[in-house]
Amino acid sequence: MRRDAQAVILLLVGGGMLRLAATGDYLNYVKPYAFWLIVPAGAILVAVAAITAVNTWRAKKDADDGHGHGEPKVAWLLLAPVVGMLLVAPDALGSYEAERTGTVVGAEENRSTYPELPDDVDPVPLTLLDYAARAIFDDGATLEGHRIQLRGFILYEGDEPQLARMVVSCCAADARPVKIGFDGDLPANLEPDQWVEVVGEYTDRQGRDEINGELVPYIAVESITNIPTPENEYQ
Amino acid sequence: MPHNDCVSAELADTPPPAETSATPAPPREPASRRRGLTSIEALALLLIFGLTARPGLTEIFAAPAAQAWSARFVAVCVQAFPFLVLGVVLSAAIAAFVPAGFFHKVVPKRTALAVPVAGVAGAVLPACECASVPVAGALVRRGVAPAAAFTFMLASPAINPIVVVSTFVAFPGDPRMVVARVAASLAAAIAIGWLWAKLGKTEWLNLPKHHHHDDGKWAAFWSAIRHDFLHAGGYLVIGAAIAASLNTLVPETWLQPIADDPVLGVLALAVLAVLVSICSESDAFVAASLTQFSPTAKLAFMVVGPFIDVKLAAMQAGTFGRRFALRFAPTAFCAAVLAAVLMGVLLL
Repeated sequence: MRRDAQAVILLLVGGGMLRLAATGDYLNYVKPYAFWLIVPAGAILVAVAAITAVNTWRAKKDADDGHGHGEPKVAWLLLAPVVGMLLVAPDALGSYEAERTGTVVGAEENRSTYPELPDDVDPVPLTLLDYAARAIFDDGATLEGHRIQLRGFILYEGDEPQLARMVVSCCAADARPVKIGFDGDLPANLEPDQWVEVVGEYTDRQGRDEINGELVPYIAVESITNIPTPENEYQ
Repeated sequence: MPHNDCVSAELADTPPPAETSATPAPPREPASRRRGLTSIEALALLLIFGLTARPGLTEIFAAPAAQAWSARFVAVCVQAFPFLVLGVVLSAAIAAFVPAGFFHKVVPKRTALAVPVAGVAGAVLPACECASVPVAGALVRRGVAPAAAFTFMLASPAINPIVVVSTFVAFPGDPRMVVARVAASLAAAIAIGWLWAKLGKTEWLNLPKHHHHDDGKWAAFWSAIRHDFLHAGGYLVIGAAIAASLNTLVPETWLQPIADDPVLGVLALAVLAVLVSICSESDAFVAASLTQFSPTAKLAFMVVGPFIDVKLAAMQAGTFGRRFALRFAPTAFCAAVLAAVLMGVLLL
């Protein structure tokens, strides 16, 4: 590969990363803090591309190029993530993944504290993971007497709709869902992947995830409202 | 070496024949090579094709499985590239600015002693394994004993402060897990270093050559970043594609029956660590979520992951050569599993 082609590839990879950061689409793939990794790395790659281009241009002009090293052909493969980032731009993982992966709540088993929920907020917004941990490992002690607000997307376990959200530790490649069942009457038009806001109360009803046998807590539903997809779909 | 082709081609100041032949042609017959597309022309064509075919691409990747695969693939790349950039910047700085004799002064002369020193020194590079592979390559080029460089490469992503803290957070109220992880990783890394000092052969190593630059240190620095990123990045893409495929295709239900058997459980999570290729900085959270498995199995997951996985194996093959990777990967896997089991029995 000639050096001008190398410069183009570096520019595409670096520019692709900067574009993900600028549009906010990086949140579909990595955690929010990764912004501070992506931006400098993308900028360095773009700078290297610029320096390479300038050097190549100068070398051509002086016609005394001493180093147009052929690089390993493996560098062509860097076009694959460029296509992924710029052309395909896949959405965040949703119900398709969540229906094939066991609920993740077991990771919270060793949590030591469950702070009291505020009394002056109604309903109390909680993350799905927080709700599930309080419901399963603290028997819902801190949830009793509060109205709870949860936000997530709909998935179907068999015929039964559930509320889910993907939990990401590093990047979307390790995304795993946390799932919560609905207790009570439901609207009939729940579509998979539709984002909803659920208001309800703790119930001691629990089920088991069919995939990994972990406990799935339920919420006694008061209302389910459709909401737009949030910017960061992961937790 | 393909280097010579392109040098001569560009010197001739004619449209260079570029990358048409799969095997490097001997330098004495450049004139007889068939004229093909130059790489910049090929690239331009590919880009135009990509842009015009975009609606088709979007359609192909509209299927849920393809969406999930590509999201995972892009995710691994986007997460790993910054660390790879950090690694190649550090390694380029070592290559360009650290005087050749420096490491001879700092690293103990006797390899037997240099290996544990390199292992403990791994704690200072707060990055994951994508960064440590090119840095180890630069150390070997700068004259550090390969045994010590490999120990550094293995120990650094496993025992640096960020990893220790994230392990502590992922296993709250269980500091033994942190101790076991650091001890097992360090022990296995040092063991492999000593093993290499005893049995390793230099001819297994095939480090890609760096050109000498007369234009000064900065030119060498930028050139090394460009070269190393394109090289290691290409291999990283192979690893990311394999990891995304396995994550998407292997159903999790396969793990459930295995988890109940103590021996199979350890082996299963060790193999899983190789396949999923998670960054060492966050693998503790994934390990913690695999609650069906025994603590020793989770420990094996966290010790094996930073040592060897499909993404790393591809990068090591690119940095040190295939003959090295073929021997190194199984050895690292076995040493990591043994160390994890030992520490699991002792501590957990």
